[in-house]
Amino acid sequence: MIKLTINNKSYEVDASPDMPLLWAIRDMVGLTGTKFGCGMAQCGACTVHVDGTPVRSCSFPVAAAAGKKITTIEGLSEKVGEAVQKAWIELQVPQCGYCQSGQIMSATALLKSKPHPTDADIDAAMQGNLCRCGTYQRVRSAIHRASELIK
Amino acid sequence: MNTSLPNLDRRNFLRISGITGVGLVFGLSANGETAVEELAAAGETFEITPFVIIEKTGQITIFNTRPEIGQGTFQSVPAMIAEELEVSLEQVTIKQTGGEKKFGGGQSAGGSASIRTGYQNMRKVGASAREMLIKAASQQWNVPVTECYAENAKVFHKPTGKSMGYGELAETAAKVEVPKSPTLKDPKDFKILGKKSPRPDVPLKTNGKAIFGIDITVPGMVYASIERCPKFGGQLVSFDATAAKKVKGVIAVETCERNISGQKNEGVAVIAENYWAALQGRKALVVKWDYQGNENFNSKAYEQSLRDAAKEPGAVQHTQGDFDKTFAEASVKLEAFYETPVVSHSPIEPMNCVASWYDGNKVEIWTSTQVPGSIMNEIPRTFNVPAENVKVNVTFNGGGFGRRLYPDYVMETVQLTKKVGRPVKAIWTREDDTKMGPFRPMTYSAMKGALTPDGKAIAFQHKVISPTLGGKKDYDKTKADGTMTEGISEQKYEIEHMKNLYVHHYLHVPVVAWRSVTSSTLAFAHECFIDEMAVKAKKDPMAFRLGMLTKESDTKTILQKLKEVSHWDKPLPAGWGRGVAHYEFFAGQAGYVVEVSKKGAGIKIEKVFAVIDLGTVVNPDTVEAQVQGAAVMALTAAIKSGITFEKGETVQSNFHNNQLVRINEMPKVEVHILANGGPKIKGVGEPGLPPFAPALCNAIYAATGKRIRRLPFDINKIV
Repeated sequence: MIKLTINNKSYEVDASPDMPLLWAIRDMVGLTGTKFGCGMAQCGACTVHVDGTPVRSCSFPVAAAAGKKITTIEGLSEKVGEAVQKAWIELQVPQCGYCQSGQIMSATALLKSKPHPTDADIDAAMQGNLCRCGTYQRVRSAIHRASELIK
Repeated sequence: MNTSLPNLDRRNFLRISGITGVGLVFGLSANGETAVEELAAAGETFEITPFVIIEKTGQITIFNTRPEIGQGTFQSVPAMIAEELEVSLEQVTIKQTGGEKKFGGGQSAGGSASIRTGYQNMRKVGASAREMLIKAASQQWNVPVTECYAENAKVFHKPTGKSMGYGELAETAAKVEVPKSPTLKDPKDFKILGKKSPRPDVPLKTNGKAIFGIDITVPGMVYASIERCPKFGGQLVSFDATAAKKVKGVIAVETCERNISGQKNEGVAVIAENYWAALQGRKALVVKWDYQGNENFNSKAYEQSLRDAAKEPGAVQHTQGDFDKTFAEASVKLEAFYETPVVSHSPIEPMNCVASWYDGNKVEIWTSTQVPGSIMNEIPRTFNVPAENVKVNVTFNGGGFGRRLYPDYVMETVQLTKKVGRPVKAIWTREDDTKMGPFRPMTYSAMKGALTPDGKAIAFQHKVISPTLGGKKDYDKTKADGTMTEGISEQKYEIEHMKNLYVHHYLHVPVVAWRSVTSSTLAFAHECFIDEMAVKAKKDPMAFRLGMLTKESDTKTILQKLKEVSHWDKPLPAGWGRGVAHYEFFAGQAGYVVEVSKKGAGIKIEKVFAVIDLGTVVNPDTVEAQVQGAAVMALTAAIKSGITFEKGETVQSNFHNNQLVRINEMPKVEVHILANGGPKIKGVGEPGLPPFAPALCNAIYAATGKRIRRLPFDINKIV
């Protein structure tokens, strides 16, 4: 059994230690907001925060997350995360929406470390998150908008 | 978008169901049960039968027959009903239909069809319901109908100001005869349509609560991962599951058949208590395949065979005037050959399906799909179960782009649940999704054009060389395939002599429709070659095009608008260039002006101006997003690797080598919408795609003098 703390709640999962954190979160804990897209940290749909740092949970062994503070899209509740979600709704960013949990988790981590990011900061922080619908223009605008909201 | 899937056509549906016109249902919640009363009225033929349910409590449910794949139908389709029903979308619950017969044909998301084919009928349904509610109120109050009006989910009596809510009126309204020709609102009174409106699915897509097919869990469910022959056309010989079954969590190994693009191929599924275990079990499988002679197939040789096939005369797709004579005798003429790649759909949600076979002959499906109607038709036929025993639950789609028009992944899962007797969730890995296809095919284009000495276009030929969608091995080469020549004879340029041709060339790799179908490749050849003709004529590309458009047309309007918004005649900085392109095809029509600058050995996209002509717009905000997204998808198809084949299989396997455009590569796209009315309503999801690549390549020519005739190209190595 591996002990996980997800969104401030404790869980015990019967997973092999090398199982990616993603599948523990989705199939064992039952939080499905974190998405499977590629399985090799190329698309960012599975992005969660581990001790505040964005990680690609599809390529992060569940054993390495034991004892750490894991935050998923469902647990995004503090000021920055809420500002990001608000900006996302205001600018109607999602299309199909599948990649957006990951986009929002990456954007939140960016704004926590850089509350007023430049376009270059956004490029650097968001390059790991693919969006096949092509919402990038609105993702960029929404990050700038969220930055205003948290002032 | 054409789908090769069999679909119950409308006439057939009407005959079977006995419904002859606009159907409207009021369901009344009585004693805790939802009683649905079906009413039918004679009316003009319709494509889809939407439903409105009003409960006594006032709860209003509107059914959306068009799967939400990111194109916004979860808002735009119910909005057309809600507008006429005089309710706001905040007041209604929207439910997705699952191919149920009572909702009729057209339960699909494809062909940019939801608005352009549904605009009148959806509004009529809402208007019928409104008129019935008004009539019910007039009966209860015993006043003339003309003294009553509906607003904000209530009916008001003008002289007295009294009102009744829709909930209170529903029971009486359901007994009112359905109006044969309800009066539609004057567009100037619209509260929702034509205005920027928030989409009700957006909040759910920011907090993790939106449910996609891959998120479904049902009791007793097990997980499957399927090993398929890595080489296209290969067949299963035998397999050894001994090691796979030893993996912790694996419970069964079963075969299942994939049916795609006219081919049936067996694969081996590992079924386990969780998905990770299924994946580990799959790695432990030992499978023997018979490659059926396809093991040496490769892109290079196939591409050369397409070039060779271009020498065939081809079947005539369209002819006007005397192209051959005019071209032969012309003093100014040019020829060029254009090539495009195979590309993947790659929605970020991989293919997946949950299926449950129960009680001997009942099937329930939960899946992301563009075609619940087709699934509903195909399962009874394939599995010999009564149609009424099949239920399809459609979730939000994590992208479609045409891939989810093909339910091969659903039919595999049904076979597996039937074999193991438990609900099965089958999930494709990204590698499965990338390597197995189906893909958008390439098209190659042999172009010919002739001009008068003073630069007037007098002859034009577009000859398409390609496989067909759905893989037709016994294709009759005397015929020109309509889909593979989409739009090439529909452009409005007034060129007197034209002869367009088609050469079929077989490909055994599954190829299907992709967002904007064949226009996605043909527009590149067509509009770049028009640019080549402009250069040969020594004319400005915009002026050259407008010079061939003396008659009024939407094409002319689009180009004039592009000229205006892009300040076409304003000089650009040194090292910059601008290009224009547009394309008209079945889904609609759009155009671009792209501005680029030289950046080292490559180019940088500086500005993108888009004009889309819709005639009528439902949600301008969604349209803007769709065009921006189409530009990104077109850019990926133009500058990233695409899909190639070696040794019989796909070279690319995941997003590291089948790359998509990322945020740092996204140009700013300024979208202008033409919605000046008119009888024709045009599509939104696809038209923004085809003209992007030719506008970009025409801009690159203007900036660098380098003519790009083959996609993909490396944007960082132009000169």
